Amino acid sequence: MPQWDLANSDAILVMGSNMAENHPIAFRFALQAKEKGAALFHADPRFTRTSALVDTYAPVRAGTDIAFLGGIIRHILENNLWFRDYALNYTNISTIIEDDFLDANQNDGKFSGWSEKKKSYEYDSWQYKGEFVPSSLAEHFVNTTESFSDCTKRLKKGPTPKDETLQDPRCVYQILKRHFSVYTPEMVERVTGCPKETFLAVADGFCRASGPERTGAICYAVGWTHHSTGVQIIRAAAIIQLLLGNVGRPGGGILALRGHSSIQGSTDIPTLYNLLPGYLPQPHAHKPHGTLQDYIDHEATPTGWWHNFPKYMVSLLRAWYGEAAMKENGWCFEMLPKILGDHSQLPMTLAMQDGLIRGMFLMGQNPAVGGSNSRLVQSALGKLDWLVVTDFTETESASFWYEGHAVRSGELTPQDIGTEIFLLPTSLAGEKAGTFTNTHRLIQWHDKVVDGPGDSRSDLWFIYQLGRRLKALYANSAAVKDQGIRYLTWDYPEADGKGEPDAEAVLKEINGYTWSPDPAQRQQIPDFKELKDDGSTACGCWIYTGVFPKNDFNHARSRKADGADGPGTHLQWAFAWPSNRRTLVNRAAADPSGKPWSERKKLVWWDEEKGEWAGTDAVDFSKNKRPDYAPDWSTEPSGMDALCGTDPFIMIADGRGALFVPSGLKDGPLPTHYEPVESPVRNPLYAQQQNPTAKIWDRPDNPIHPPGDPRYPYALTTYRLTEHHSGGTPTRSVASTAELQPEGFCEIPPELAAELGIGMLDWVVLSTPRGQIETKAMVTERLRPFAIDGRRIYQIGLPWHFGWKGFATGDIANVLTAAIGDPNTGMHENKALTCGLRPGRLAPDEPRGRLRDVRQEGD
Amino acid sequence: MGAVKDIPARAVPKRALDYAEPILPGMIPDESELTAGVTIVPGRSYGFFTDTTLCIGCKACEVACKEWNALPADDVGLKGTSYDNTGRLSANSWRHVAFVEKIGGDLDAGEGRGTERNTTTMPPFQSNWLMMSDVCKHCHNAPCLEACPTGSLFRTEFDTVVVQQDICNGCGYCVPACPFGVVDLNVADGKAHKCTLCYDRLKGGLEPACAKSCPTDSIQFGELPDLVERARERVDSLHERGATDAYLYGAPGSPGATGDLGHLNAFFLLTDRPETYGLPSAPTRASNRVAPALGTGLATMAGLTMVAVALFAANRRS
Amino acid sequence: MKPRQPRKPGQSRPVLRRTLADRARDFLAEWSLPRQLSGESPFSDAAKSRMSHTLRPRLEEADTVGTNICPYCAVGCAQLIYAKEGRVIHVEGDPRSPINQGTLCPKGAATFGWLTSELRMSKVLYRAPHSDRWEERPLDWAMDRIAQLTKQTRDETFVETLPDGTVVNHTLGIASLGGATLDNEENYLIKKLFSGGLGMVWVENQARV
Repeated sequence: MPQWDLANSDAILVMGSNMAENHPIAFRFALQAKEKGAALFHADPRFTRTSALVDTYAPVRAGTDIAFLGGIIRHILENNLWFRDYALNYTNISTIIEDDFLDANQNDGKFSGWSEKKKSYEYDSWQYKGEFVPSSLAEHFVNTTESFSDCTKRLKKGPTPKDETLQDPRCVYQILKRHFSVYTPEMVERVTGCPKETFLAVADGFCRASGPERTGAICYAVGWTHHSTGVQIIRAAAIIQLLLGNVGRPGGGILALRGHSSIQGSTDIPTLYNLLPGYLPQPHAHKPHGTLQDYIDHEATPTGWWHNFPKYMVSLLRAWYGEAAMKENGWCFEMLPKILGDHSQLPMTLAMQDGLIRGMFLMGQNPAVGGSNSRLVQSALGKLDWLVVTDFTETESASFWYEGHAVRSGELTPQDIGTEIFLLPTSLAGEKAGTFTNTHRLIQWHDKVVDGPGDSRSDLWFIYQLGRRLKALYANSAAVKDQGIRYLTWDYPEADGKGEPDAEAVLKEINGYTWSPDPAQRQQIPDFKELKDDGSTACGCWIYTGVFPKNDFNHARSRKADGADGPGTHLQWAFAWPSNRRTLVNRAAADPSGKPWSERKKLVWWDEEKGEWAGTDAVDFSKNKRPDYAPDWSTEPSGMDALCGTDPFIMIADGRGALFVPSGLKDGPLPTHYEPVESPVRNPLYAQQQNPTAKIWDRPDNPIHPPGDPRYPYALTTYRLTEHHSGGTPTRSVASTAELQPEGFCEIPPELAAELGIGMLDWVVLSTPRGQIETKAMVTERLRPFAIDGRRIYQIGLPWHFGWKGFATGDIANVLTAAIGDPNTGMHENKALTCGLRPGRLAPDEPRGRLRDVRQEGD
Repeated sequence: MGAVKDIPARAVPKRALDYAEPILPGMIPDESELTAGVTIVPGRSYGFFTDTTLCIGCKACEVACKEWNALPADDVGLKGTSYDNTGRLSANSWRHVAFVEKIGGDLDAGEGRGTERNTTTMPPFQSNWLMMSDVCKHCHNAPCLEACPTGSLFRTEFDTVVVQQDICNGCGYCVPACPFGVVDLNVADGKAHKCTLCYDRLKGGLEPACAKSCPTDSIQFGELPDLVERARERVDSLHERGATDAYLYGAPGSPGATGDLGHLNAFFLLTDRPETYGLPSAPTRASNRVAPALGTGLATMAGLTMVAVALFAANRRS
Repeated sequence: MKPRQPRKPGQSRPVLRRTLADRARDFLAEWSLPRQLSGESPFSDAAKSRMSHTLRPRLEEADTVGTNICPYCAVGCAQLIYAKEGRVIHVEGDPRSPINQGTLCPKGAATFGWLTSELRMSKVLYRAPHSDRWEERPLDWAMDRIAQLTKQTRDETFVETLPDGTVVNHTLGIASLGGATLDNEENYLIKKLFSGGLGMVWVENQARV
């Protein structure tokens, strides 16, 4: 949902986010909603600046979000608060699941399909009865015992099995009711520490603000993703919103508040290991991806929009390999490197430490501060043969070899570190042109106004010039392995005398054009519906098609907002992918017959006269598909033809919002509460303590401790402050922000401070098996002890912006954190861990920790 | 939840479409019309209405002020007063966000159940953690201006109070004269400094930097009569919605507008006693403290005036 | 290497001592009382100093005003960059944006401070293996050296097939980290060159942290 659409919400739940602090301008729309009468709720481990502005604040112990949200789902189902017409028609609530599906409640915390040997699930028993549904995520193919690509084709033979009376015990509704029945208000209190009256105030207040006349929104940020159960927390929110009818409607939805200016863009056009642009999966060595045909057979879905997959893939290969891409050579598919497994940041750090990775580029990222287990990161950087850092200032990651922890404590000297390092100054805002994609998919152009100082260059310059040099070095190679770099299209016009490529030329390629070897003959493509799988179109990222629809029209540059009397979708302010749609799934803003659910929540509707969908937003549906369209199953329809006029979720193979997810999630079809990997308590729900599929790299340089370790009795959560940005590199380098939060500190509840004799601004030492840091204490009642299962659990808050560089300094919080990841995303669990705490300081040369098994020392 | 009300959210004014080009040849004329809905005209009174029930304590006002006015960092260090590391208004800090934690509650009241600090169901609008962006009040009868022996402090054509740096001789009389502790001497140049209500920006049709940046419109800039009217409506509306503690401080006839100061051009909506935010409950002109010094100053001035009048007369003749 | 005390970037240190004569001259020239007494208007104009008369907002000096998007979080606030003669003189919120309508948070409001931070570098720094110092190097030299190292490491670590014959065409020897603060165009070329051109698989950014 667009951020400005929050002003149309009737209730807003902020959870896993400290929105007022970390997204203040987005929060202005929450406050506008409040002025119009909306209720605001905040559930969070800490009382923050967001909490201060809401109607109800619910304290929850870090890492227990699923218990809280599961309680809301139970509240909806037990009290019949769900939006029946919406959920029955637009979600898979009536779909029947395989007979042998076993819920986590029946199996002490694990779902059916668990393989103890492989430590992973097989997904057969999670499927629709008699049908196999491909994942709606980028990675459509999943491992099942039967040939997955064959069995998904059954989706073309008829509608998915349903019981619209919802009586069948195997239908999703009944499964949901059983699964969430254990999340009673009493259980919510026992797990989260939130008083049940407070929990009920939030649950009831939020749910009753939904229906045909009203909508509610949920806002989250990394407070949800930084867990070993992060994806399932967001799934729980999705279940709530689907049941309440809050998806695709004005003022409804789930708003992911992302943290960097183009973090959405860098996911869409991914500098990520497992994706190609536009959410096409990177070919995998251990999947049936041998040839382009194999890859397409296994990744294109038989029904729904992703059926168009081959068009996007071939157009990408055409854009990258130009004339060399031919039908005969599979459009150069084999040039794409295949991944072997998880190549994300946590295993990347370990691969550096182990000497597998020898050279590294760090572009605008500072892992010595922002990466989990900072001591390990610093050590790993020192194992590289060479390191290239592009940034505007010298970061901790560029200076680890003389200022790092191991050097400060005398364990290492610079002479011991063999890494050859290049630190290149970069251009910043206003010194380069290009686009950022914001958190609601809005692609906004920014102009170059001046040159950067001295040798500062854009990263576009760097990568383009590096590519030119490498192409020259490989120009005469005849080796097959060098064809990728030799064939790569790399002819971008230069925008200035310094060799800066024209960013608009790159954006034009991302948008896509009709293929011709002669650049002068190419025409921009206005819509991805025109992309083909025959090599006649080239497109760098299909979902961005339309951002540069004509040779002389850069839609990302348009700057016309709607006035007060306009529709408020601002279709001429920049460009939102896909196809300038501001609200996804907006077919759901109309009822099954195509009429708006209510005048008040009008957005998109069926115009019978014109025979098309109309509205104030670009329609996220087949423009001319009638609301009463039903597939003719006798023809075995494919793609969009297999979806009804009432199936708004066009990216999902059955067109319906997934309350129950049959494929694509590694840790279960439904969210269920597991304790964080490092937790002070036992899981009150199941014998299964933690997510059984969590990624845990327990090794001597990344030691993990079992639950309830008496040396680490306190829950620890890391967080950000509004005055600083992420790793703090920019804001610690600017006086006017640095002085606002000038030093590192940790927040401690007064009761714990009294127990340990800690006063305001006293020095304290925090420790985990990975290391220890010193910082100052901020004793505050905004942090509270939790009573969990009759035990008092203290929680400590620790901002992680600080490092040894810049004007505002402090010990690196990530010295304490571990490489532990969510099974689906590999995202670390830095929002919920445990630590020790004592008053005092570290000696000047006392190590922050050693890169060996500290447990042995302690035992 | 009350009746469903549809109040249009603050929208971008249509006039913005006159400047829809990505690259502009210069600043947008009368930009304050777009950002504050105000056309700035000399001869009218301007000020700030700071509504603490909308403040999120982000300190954008402090930063925008320092960036615009090129003010250096000041008294850097962790202060241990909640999230306030600015401490006070000073020669180099013309906006200061005060933070007041009012969590409280009896932890043991619930016999080990859950967590019992009384901050779950909140009083309506900002509560339990008060934040307020403080600033020079630009008093109607400004004691600093009256104390200034050099005429450096003057009332501008926008009815704001400004220290003219090219005149200020650093005598410091204005410092104790201010009942709010706003005016401060800078150790570097020895002169008095404080908020100018962005005098330069007002002359160019620009909203003051702090108010323009404020993400939640807690700081509102405008013509004083409009602001006072808006503020009174806001108080009524808050009272209706249960925030019965809300009141104005410094608006005509309200607390803060006392002691011959008249009203304050920068006034506030508060929900707790003024002292809680570090504001005096009944500010007065500190004339009894300043009078002796003022007397000495006046004597000096008398002599200087004679010389200056002669000089001016001479200049005019030539 | 103790961090320096914050000081406003680009600001010259204030002059501490001026001669008494300087001060007296300015004082007499600017002092409003004599001007008022010598027959000028008694209204505020008369009380104005020379500086107050000539004062204008520096945004009026801008010869180019460019559209920018805030470089911090993903809310996507629009900014206006005011430049004069090729130098940025200020950055403010863009009043035309339906997202921020001219407002900015403390980070965005400090964008000008970021651009002009005294901690910004303008030269390439190079640290040789086992060295204890940075050295300044020409940009071209660094780019050539980086390209050579990239080729060398790639050639030494490139794998065309796994032992079971699966074609992988990748290198596990080079990694790239970062991208969430970069432009879409930059990310596109990074992915295209590193993955599509060189066969690197360790390509990641902040989206997962």
